[in-house]
Amino acid sequence: MKKNLMKMNKITKNNLITYGIVVVAFIIMQILVTSGNISSLLQGLLVPLCVYAIAAISLNLVVGISGELSLGHAGFMCVGAYASAFFSKAVGEGMPGMVRFILAILVGALVAGIFGIVIGIPVLRLRGDYLAIVTLAFGEIIKNLMNVLYIGMDSNGLHFSVSDAASLNMEADGTVIINGALGITGTPKDSTFTIGVILILITLFIVLNLIHSRSGRAIMSIRDNRIAAESVGINITKYKLMAFSISAALAGVAGVLYAHNLSTLTVKKFDYNTSILILVFVVLGGIGSIRGSIIAAVILTALPEMLRGLSDYRMLIYAIVLIAMMLFNWAPSAINWRERVKAKFKGKKQKTDKKEAA
Amino acid sequence: MKNMKKFVGLALTATLAAASLAGCGSKNNDTSTGSSASSAADGTVYKIGGIGPVTGAAAAYGDAVEKGAKLAVEEINAAGGINGTPIEFKFEDDEHDAEKSVNAYNTLKDWGMQMLLGTVTSAPCIAVNAEASNDNMFLLSPSGTALECISTPNAFRVCFSDPAQGTKSAEYIGQNKLATKVAAIYDSSDPYSSGIYESFAAEAANQGLEIVASEAFTADSKADFKVQLQKAKDGGAELVFLPIYYQETALILKQAADIGFDTQFFGCDGLDGILGVENFDTTLAEGVMLLTPFAADAEDEATQHFVKAYAEAYNNETPIQFAADAYDGIYAIKDAAEKAGITADMNASDICDALKVSMTEITLNGVTGTISWTEDGEPSKEPKAVVIQNGAYTAM
Repeated sequence: MKKNLMKMNKITKNNLITYGIVVVAFIIMQILVTSGNISSLLQGLLVPLCVYAIAAISLNLVVGISGELSLGHAGFMCVGAYASAFFSKAVGEGMPGMVRFILAILVGALVAGIFGIVIGIPVLRLRGDYLAIVTLAFGEIIKNLMNVLYIGMDSNGLHFSVSDAASLNMEADGTVIINGALGITGTPKDSTFTIGVILILITLFIVLNLIHSRSGRAIMSIRDNRIAAESVGINITKYKLMAFSISAALAGVAGVLYAHNLSTLTVKKFDYNTSILILVFVVLGGIGSIRGSIIAAVILTALPEMLRGLSDYRMLIYAIVLIAMMLFNWAPSAINWRERVKAKFKGKKQKTDKKEAA
Repeated sequence: MKNMKKFVGLALTATLAAASLAGCGSKNNDTSTGSSASSAADGTVYKIGGIGPVTGAAAAYGDAVEKGAKLAVEEINAAGGINGTPIEFKFEDDEHDAEKSVNAYNTLKDWGMQMLLGTVTSAPCIAVNAEASNDNMFLLSPSGTALECISTPNAFRVCFSDPAQGTKSAEYIGQNKLATKVAAIYDSSDPYSSGIYESFAAEAANQGLEIVASEAFTADSKADFKVQLQKAKDGGAELVFLPIYYQETALILKQAADIGFDTQFFGCDGLDGILGVENFDTTLAEGVMLLTPFAADAEDEATQHFVKAYAEAYNNETPIQFAADAYDGIYAIKDAAEKAGITADMNASDICDALKVSMTEITLNGVTGTISWTEDGEPSKEPKAVVIQNGAYTAM
């Protein structure tokens, strides 16, 4: 068995560690929850942690693997969240909760994915800073559109308006589902930690398999050298669009999870601050490192909440931790130091291994 | 090795710094409870939690609520507490974000909160109330104005709802014959503003008001209002209705003066605070009317006492309406708790069941008016119309 593990491809091993971390974290949390040894705060944080982990993984696909800087990722989350919340509200009690939620996840992913393709076709013709600016603009467009959108439903079907709720002209039995700036209220609370973790695992499965597939290698070759990739006949547009739209769909899933965790959904949440926040998770966890994205998302989401005991100082400490982590991860001297410690540790380990062997 | 030493040194310094900061933090926390009995065991104090934004764009409102509530708690504790039992109050930041607000709620639950004064802003309040109604926790929002904030039986509020403000404004303008041709400028990206505008527009028709221009702006484009003002001017508006916050209003008044548009401006409680805007020429605000439940210079004893105590406690600050709402909120909880005869060792759910009933039975003579509550949690009180004269809010 040990031999098999040793023989096992280094990539597969690495992937299994990533899945393992998620599963172990899930089991520990589940034990804590069932035995009642968990604070309400941490219990309430479990689903948001899943949301941001998924969002970070999906953005890493664009930033780390495809090598494009996207600043509008919250826009895709927004689309997924609104589409799925609308679906859940419109269906209402007509379906058992579980079936409705699974369909809502699919709806959210699909709509966000379609937006990804539609946006991607013009946007991916640009490179570098230009792409970043256009994605930023896209996020703002989504936000502003959702802000003025009113959709109501009555016995005659759906009514749309972009001015105010009164102009929907509904029958007396109608309900306003999307109410402009107030967004969607009363979305059923379907998100659970278990579903969140399953979604993380599915996301990981999709992303890791994509990275290590033929398409993934093509995507990375475009990132590393566009001209060389083009010269060997790789269809640049196709592969870039593939990474972008898959990433958008997964961000949509994160949005679905978010929308079904809170009973209120407003676009204010999905402004560029959130896009930047997700980008921070990716950069801090290591661009291109999927496992790092999850860890960074979990730490940086939980940290400000855990620091509540410091009251007024918590945001200050949070910022200091951010800087310290960034330095620890990326400063050349810090990397050197880490390497040396690692080498020392490894050297010791090898020595003991040898001793054991002898 | 040298590097190693450096690193260890750095790490130690960081720990030290963090520890000293943490020290300050916890000290700060103790005073912030505003209670004479420090963190006593359960059953000897009432634990009231508060949630609102004290960082971020809406920080002014959360800050005011925190101060107002603490003032009330200190007064009540000095006078012997609720039925002889002191109150402990703890306020958590939510950054005006629904998700953070739920986290704050859970933190307070871990602390042992029995009643909640919050949350301050509408969207977070909706999210928190979904949790609170699940736990059967008593919730009294000082200033969550959206209709959905208090949709469940456990929830009440101190302020008017958005629709009530719009309707009351239209009624006031119609009944006092302030104008017949009205223009409105509102923030379509803000639920508070668009909520008021919608009900205002609906009621305006009943009052015989003609809306000659209804111009929207969004939070992303709130620097230049000349286009909106010009349209209102061209439409011949005799009155411009501003269901918005005071920051934008300051700009609008300035720009209206620039284009020579001299008309009557009329706003809601969001305009409260306009005289405190930095670098704002307050003569521009002369004659502006606002419908607000609270006026800092009102003659009645309760208000004068509150304004004086507030100024003494917080560096001569004049309280805004949010502080007044929170102040009334704490007193409402006190009255309801005394009426229901709850004790501090009851759990949150039992307290909620008792308060749900007693809230509808009390009448509070507060700083935002004489308030009684209906079963659906809405306050019934009369709005006060205030006009700005000689650089001060004057009751009309």
